Amino acid sequence: MLKLLGQAGERVMSQTLATARRVMSQLRHDPRTIALVLVVPCVLMTTLRFVYDHHLRVFDQAGTPLLAVFPLATMFVVSSVAVLRERRNGTLERLLTTPISRLALLGGYAIAFALLATVQAISVCALALGPLDLHVAGPTAMVLVLCVAIAILGMGLGLLASAFAQTEFQVVQFFPAAIYPQMLLAGLLVARQRMPGVLHAISDAMPLSYAVDAMHHLSHQHGVAPALWGDLAIVVGFAVASVALGAVTLRRQTA
Amino acid sequence: MPLEIHQDAPAVEAERLTVVRGGIEVLHGLSFTIIPGRITGLLGPSGCGKTTLMRALVGVQARVSGRLEILGEPAGAPALRRRVGYMTQAPSVYGDITVRANLTYFAALLGVPPAAIDPLLETVDLGAEAHRRVDTLSGGQLTRVSLACALLGRPRLIVLDEPTVGLDPVLRKRLWDLFKEIAAGGATLVVSSHVMDEARHCDELLLMREGRILIHDTPSALAARAGTDDLEHAFLTLIESTGASA
Repeated sequence: MLKLLGQAGERVMSQTLATARRVMSQLRHDPRTIALVLVVPCVLMTTLRFVYDHHLRVFDQAGTPLLAVFPLATMFVVSSVAVLRERRNGTLERLLTTPISRLALLGGYAIAFALLATVQAISVCALALGPLDLHVAGPTAMVLVLCVAIAILGMGLGLLASAFAQTEFQVVQFFPAAIYPQMLLAGLLVARQRMPGVLHAISDAMPLSYAVDAMHHLSHQHGVAPALWGDLAIVVGFAVASVALGAVTLRRQTA
Repeated sequence: MPLEIHQDAPAVEAERLTVVRGGIEVLHGLSFTIIPGRITGLLGPSGCGKTTLMRALVGVQARVSGRLEILGEPAGAPALRRRVGYMTQAPSVYGDITVRANLTYFAALLGVPPAAIDPLLETVDLGAEAHRRVDTLSGGQLTRVSLACALLGRPRLIVLDEPTVGLDPVLRKRLWDLFKEIAAGGATLVVSSHVMDEARHCDELLLMREGRILIHDTPSALAARAGTDDLEHAFLTLIESTGASA
């Protein structure tokens, strides 16, 4: 029994890694996208630093939560378009006629996008915490972990969006629909406690709120407070749920 | 040895196979059998249901009713995913990576050793193109990348949706020679086309029209029935005669 499980596990693992390698090789062949993914957050962070040139305390408060927005936005767009392409060009259908498990397919995507998100987070953190002098009280490693969790969340939401779009035009329109409301309500502009009750309740249901809460903690507090673990757990929970929901849309049989 | 038992079993057995798409019945209770080791041509005008039937064979078509057994298993059974190769009409391979990267990926999913890739690339005459990005290839080369992916792991049933459409005559002939070689090795091929001229390469023909099978016969018998050697002409004659009786 154990051996059987071991064999199945091994197969899923090798399919996962093969998928991750394939997705990464697709990304590697698209240096412009990689450059945009890495450079744009750095340019925005630098802009923000100079917007608050005379209010550096505010830069600390606004800049840290912003670190959570980049991976969400990037991975949503990258994954929604990538998976939509797979649906449209027939490769997804072909994949699902092979013995690949859907878990392996999504796992492979998750690994590739998590790696990209890690590189993105490292580059923007290196710039922000270094030359831009952003003050983050908590451990930098925790900032990176949060960024990767949010990247997976972005991937899951993108995967879901791809199921409801026929074209790349449409899928990109899901970006303002799925991401902007979260940005408005996550506490980036006004603390969530100070919003009207209804908006606060809605923001409670949105994953970015917890990511921003966590970044606020990291900004102010040394070490890792229990509340921070709670926020991270919620972000990871949303990420897993969105990927699982996205998995339901990958049907072996279609009309 | 279960393999021996299946040897003479049909490669495909369909009984009252019906498919509904968008609330409309598009395949109307097809019953037919495909013998292993042969090339069966699936012919008929565009929109007659060839692709839907092929999708049902490989198990990706939803809303299929009736009985459909592939190599002794119900269509779409997980055990078939290693034994059935499928090439869709549009070449479904990744354009932004190399030819070899595509084959390496599909080989990994099927558990086929990487050593099988080079000989296969030679078989489809893409050895020299292995390192090229797929989206820089010509149409004929692209088709062959997709075909190579469908042939990985020596599947017992190979379903090819219009593999020779739009290719030059030399390449078409080469591919048909390859299909015959594969069939001689014991695999079963189902090849669709709307070019009647290709029918003569097949061992058997399934002529379809409007979601029904008009005729299931050998090319020579079909020609004899219509009283002409020209299969295109034979097909038109048969369509007209059945159309009139319908």
